[in-house]
Amino acid sequence: MPKLTVNGIQVEVPAGATVLQACEAAGFEIPRFCYHERLSIAGNCRMCLVEQEKAPKPIASCAMPAADNMVIRTDTPVVRKARKGVMEFLLINHPLDCPICDQGGECDLQDQAMAYGFDRSRYQENKRAVPDKELGPLVKTSMNRCIHCTRCVRFASEVAGVEELGAVFRGEHMEISTYVEKTLTSELSANIVDLCPVGALTSKPYAFVARPWELRKTESVDVLDAVGSNIRVDSRSGEVLRVLPRVNEFVNEEWISDKTRFAIDGLKRQRLDRPYLRGADGKLAPATWSDALAAVAAKLGSVPGSRIAAIAGDQADCEALTALKDLMTALGSPHLDCRQDGARLDPSAPVGWRFNSTIAGIDSCDALLLVGTNPRWEAPIINARIRKRWLSSRLPVGVIGPQHDLTYKSEYLGAGPQTLADLADGRHPFAETLRSAKAPMIIVGQGALARADGAQVLALARRAAEALGIVRDGWNGFNVLHVAAGRVGGLELGFAPAAGGRDVAGILAGCAAGEIDVVWLQGADEVDTSRLGKAFVIYQGHHGDRGAHRADVILPGAAYTEKNATYVNTEGRAQRGRIAIFPPGDAREDWKILRALSDRLGKRLPYDTLAQVRARMAEISPVFAQIDSVVPAPWAGFGAAGPVDTTPFRSPVSNFHMTCAISRASATMAECTAARQAALDARTGTHA
Amino acid sequence: MSAPTGIGAAAQPSHFAFDAENLARATTIIARYPAGRQASAVLPLLDIAQRQCGNWLPRAAMDYVAGLLDMAPIRVYEVATFYSMFNLEPVGEWFFQICTTTPCWLRGSDQVVAACERKLGIHVGETSADGKFTLKEVECLGACVNAPIIQVNDDFYEDLDGPSTERLIDELAAGRVPPVGSVIGRQKSAPDGGPQVLKTIPPRYEWTLEAPPAPPAGSDD
Repeated sequence: MPKLTVNGIQVEVPAGATVLQACEAAGFEIPRFCYHERLSIAGNCRMCLVEQEKAPKPIASCAMPAADNMVIRTDTPVVRKARKGVMEFLLINHPLDCPICDQGGECDLQDQAMAYGFDRSRYQENKRAVPDKELGPLVKTSMNRCIHCTRCVRFASEVAGVEELGAVFRGEHMEISTYVEKTLTSELSANIVDLCPVGALTSKPYAFVARPWELRKTESVDVLDAVGSNIRVDSRSGEVLRVLPRVNEFVNEEWISDKTRFAIDGLKRQRLDRPYLRGADGKLAPATWSDALAAVAAKLGSVPGSRIAAIAGDQADCEALTALKDLMTALGSPHLDCRQDGARLDPSAPVGWRFNSTIAGIDSCDALLLVGTNPRWEAPIINARIRKRWLSSRLPVGVIGPQHDLTYKSEYLGAGPQTLADLADGRHPFAETLRSAKAPMIIVGQGALARADGAQVLALARRAAEALGIVRDGWNGFNVLHVAAGRVGGLELGFAPAAGGRDVAGILAGCAAGEIDVVWLQGADEVDTSRLGKAFVIYQGHHGDRGAHRADVILPGAAYTEKNATYVNTEGRAQRGRIAIFPPGDAREDWKILRALSDRLGKRLPYDTLAQVRARMAEISPVFAQIDSVVPAPWAGFGAAGPVDTTPFRSPVSNFHMTCAISRASATMAECTAARQAALDARTGTHA
Repeated sequence: MSAPTGIGAAAQPSHFAFDAENLARATTIIARYPAGRQASAVLPLLDIAQRQCGNWLPRAAMDYVAGLLDMAPIRVYEVATFYSMFNLEPVGEWFFQICTTTPCWLRGSDQVVAACERKLGIHVGETSADGKFTLKEVECLGACVNAPIIQVNDDFYEDLDGPSTERLIDELAAGRVPPVGSVIGRQKSAPDGGPQVLKTIPPRYEWTLEAPPAPPAGSDD
């Protein structure tokens, strides 16, 4: 723990800290371009120069380890002159195009030039010109502006794990490039836009859309996967313009996936902005709220509760699910399910559906087993965390199920449940790796559970966890990785078949057999709507996707940027999303629609305000009483005993960019899909 | 220094692999480095690849070397583009690298460049129409004592001026390779016109405890 003095203030910093970190600890901000806390140290921009006593010249504080008894000055004439010199060099080739640059207003170079810039240029020569690079549909380049900090290069090779960006040529001719023009193949590629301290890398879909000071910033959470990345939604006059990451060390650090960031243009397309009723001609026709609610109330009132069922979609918020569950209970229906992909998660034991080690727990894991999951596509943020752990000291990773390039080395153990059984019985050599580890971890994906023998596979995974010491005193490494943001919340709320109730498969079978008359789809678009038979389908949701096409009544709800709502991520961490803009047209917040309907049915739900709904949620599960934190669940038995078949596991995500109604409606995501397909075709030589 | 050329319009071969002889060379070189550090062999391997390809480095060759050394291709591109000794586009049979750094420039490298351009009808950075000659301006080649110099493929021609450069081109064009080194007959880097010092062999110095003998009169130093 070196002790040093910064501007006369004594600070003590952890061993291995840099002088820059010591300065920050003492409360002095050091300007920088190349240094970034989450990347390796490059030390090439020289903006962080400080003066060290007895050193012959200023030192680059980002690259100098803090040592005992150092005396650092950050605000002397020497330091100011040095930084001004660096700034002048940086500006020699930087174009003066701030008025047409998207980074304007949130540009490190602009900000720091205010402090260290000179008011005119002493440079008479032409500035250098660098051709722009094509990095795909998400990242726009303007390479004249590049100051060669190499943050993007380091991000790509360290965090994203795709070594595709580099610094080619040298000196005056140095360029940041992929050299061979290609789309970055990372799911995290657009984070380089945030990292770029200048306007060299900017967001392509957001190009020339808005200035940062025009935007209203709303702190929220993401629902496009089950990680619950913390985001900031930037909106202007009723339109979501962009999504940026928010720092949360426990969840997403400061990265978000490309889907989280760019699927938002899907929020403007195919929206349900008014209620619809299917008329006698079989066509959906616009209706008023009054007519739509009356039609629903009439139908629900005319059938017994046992012939009504409800299926919750992947992005359903917990407030809506609470209201829907209470309404269904009031109607006497036990047929509820939030597992629309048919995942055989056991609704009785929270420990059996959560990512129990927590995402931050990955940092301390020392052996990992992936079962039926491709985390790179199902949860890129979690995959990046695993890679980070793998980089710090090679983590043994075993894979049962689909084989993908995970950006870290893994050992393929087998394709299906049989290998898992071998592991549980200690017949596989990897079992010893797990058993001898201090903090072993197993991640079970939905690909292992959304199958006929899913409950048996779940039990098998539990047996393996118990046998191999994955669950032990003070450590629970049994993790379920979800892909649906609404899934864990639904399970926590008990949105699962009650006694005598049917699950999704049972509901669909009931529809076919004529035993279910009314199906309520709460944003459920991933069920096979062709199997809903003659049932009367009520669709409440925000997009005109699969569910709405089949519906007899459409109740337009709000998307995640348009409501104050609670989501529980795969860890069991309840987080609050906040309203950034109002829903389009006549669409309303989902729980309010259900509350209004309950009035019509004469079964008024006992809450009138959001606070009252949330109080009800906290009654149902303690998860909702402690927002933003994880309440550990006690170990329990879950799953079902029985034989497993030999079918290989498959990942539930076949196209990373399109997994839900929002991303399917997004033009940007469609472009990404096409770009990825084109790259694939080019590699395999199957292009026309 | 002229701007580097990138992956240009040149026809890139679709495939590259070391021939048996070069593969043996590469294997020997890779074996010099500890396991997991094969990337250290990237420079010699790129050089071998460039020689096999006729003095230039197509992308396929860089990809091949990347595969051989288990490196990401971009890391090899970074190296290959950094060093001016790697040609990323095809060059002529005789690759002229003319030094124009200060000592050569003081000794008349401008006339050498002008002679090349006039004789070949091309500018620096271009290849003659018959594909025989490529001109390139380079920084110091480290033979300042015999400036100005041209590096032709692997060899230096030194003490050039306009006419001698034209003669050099004539000879090469005629399929004859003049002796390498100084074109004015200078011995290695000895002074022009032969040695000026140490013309006689000094007497052998015998080490004794007494004071050294006085040097004989008439010696050089």
